[in-house]
Amino acid sequence: MFLKNFLYHMGRYTIMLGTTFSRPEKHYMYYKETMRQMNDIGIGSLIIVGLISIFIGAVTAVQFLYQLDGTLVPVYYVGYIIRDSTIIELAPTITCLVLAGKVGSNMAAELGGMRQKEHIDAMEIMGVNTAAYLIMPKIIAALVVIPMLVAIAAFVSVVGGYLAAVPTGMMSDAEYIQGVRSFFEPFNVVMMFVKSIVFAFILTSISCYQGYYVKGGSIELGQASTNAVVFSDIMILLADYLIAVLLTG
Amino acid sequence: MIRAENIYKSFDDNEVLKGITTEFYPGKTNLIIGRSGAGKTVLLKLLIGLHTPTSGKVYYDKVDFFSLSKKEIRAIRMQVGMLFQASALFDSMTVEENIRFPLDMFTNMTWKEKKNRVNFCLERVSLGKVNDNYPSEISGGMQKRVGIARAIVLEPKYLFCDEPNSGLDPKTSIVIDELIKDITVENNITTVINTHDMNSVMEIGDNVILLYNGEIAWRGNRDEVLHSDNETLHDFMFASPFLQQLRDSALQK
Repeated sequence: MFLKNFLYHMGRYTIMLGTTFSRPEKHYMYYKETMRQMNDIGIGSLIIVGLISIFIGAVTAVQFLYQLDGTLVPVYYVGYIIRDSTIIELAPTITCLVLAGKVGSNMAAELGGMRQKEHIDAMEIMGVNTAAYLIMPKIIAALVVIPMLVAIAAFVSVVGGYLAAVPTGMMSDAEYIQGVRSFFEPFNVVMMFVKSIVFAFILTSISCYQGYYVKGGSIELGQASTNAVVFSDIMILLADYLIAVLLTG
Repeated sequence: MIRAENIYKSFDDNEVLKGITTEFYPGKTNLIIGRSGAGKTVLLKLLIGLHTPTSGKVYYDKVDFFSLSKKEIRAIRMQVGMLFQASALFDSMTVEENIRFPLDMFTNMTWKEKKNRVNFCLERVSLGKVNDNYPSEISGGMQKRVGIARAIVLEPKYLFCDEPNSGLDPKTSIVIDELIKDITVENNITTVINTHDMNSVMEIGDNVILLYNGEIAWRGNRDEVLHSDNETLHDFMFASPFLQQLRDSALQK
């Protein structure tokens, strides 16, 4: 039963993606919709991403200072640890998990609502490729905007670590800066962008899938919205592990 | 012309349509009537390809609809307009943007040409000065008219209406019926209307089929309704004693 369900959903998801990436009827309409989505995903998520990132950096700084206290590890290592842990793991993963909750559930609810109010049927009957028009702009917008948000999140986290550690006197300004500038590996930034692109695709395509095929009423719409977040989160964490193994192995 | 040929449709074990064969003619208002659950909406959605038949065929001017590729189906759908039961206007767009949407998507008209076409369609459905309103800011009857305006903006060959009178008062229902009838005749459109409104049957029923338990129980036109001795039709059309009295007195005259 589980296998049958899994294969059914995988098949339908693949067909949806195949229909999604087809030639637009009118490029301008798709461009306009993509811009709207970029605004919704990017500008609409800046505050929450900024807030979360600043606290991630701050908490990481405070906890590592606590753990390294009394050890022989130089204190400037805290800056280095914050930089690398945010770039490699925390910024892409936490940001995308949060975006799955904010943007993903919103996409599922939007598409599900359109399905229930027959808006999708209305577009189908007009001759619009609804999977392409409604889903492709969301995926493209996410692929462009989410890596930018992740880059901002990484920067803000490092700033958050500084604010938690330096003004409170836990370490000096020079030590933190020295840590942040030590042992820099440019490939880690590549890994951050690879993760953010893969996670962006996962969270938008799964959320759109959940919303696009909604059947029933408001309870099913709520379930679709919840499933969008749950399945996106699970797949993001699985992809996180696979990317870590592939890129660091 | 649209022809449905021996259509069967099942959902799991529930057989909703059982061998429907009928034709819908251009320039006429073709009505599908029947009680709730008779299979009207399923038949309508099947005619436009939102459902696929378990078996049977649908022909659009001799073209087998379900044998076409997705691209060819989209080409046919560009000749189709549809008015939905709940209008299905896009909430986030103004009335003008709703009507302009098919023009934006499928034509290379200039902004001014689109504007003129939208205004023409709005005037055709007797609506003025609502261009900048959102669907939530206008009444149900006005929403239906906007739905009709959007359905005719690309000058369709086929028009489908799903319960166009539901939720409307009798007076507004008559206005909507007359509007659909006029547009059908003016443009020689093949119009298929799914309804259980008896006024619609008596006012605009050029070609009527009555569905009962997934089968066609009666077919005819509005003039034949009163004189028919089909019991299923009588049960549906003249369900209350008052309506039966009306029918009897009309026949006596």
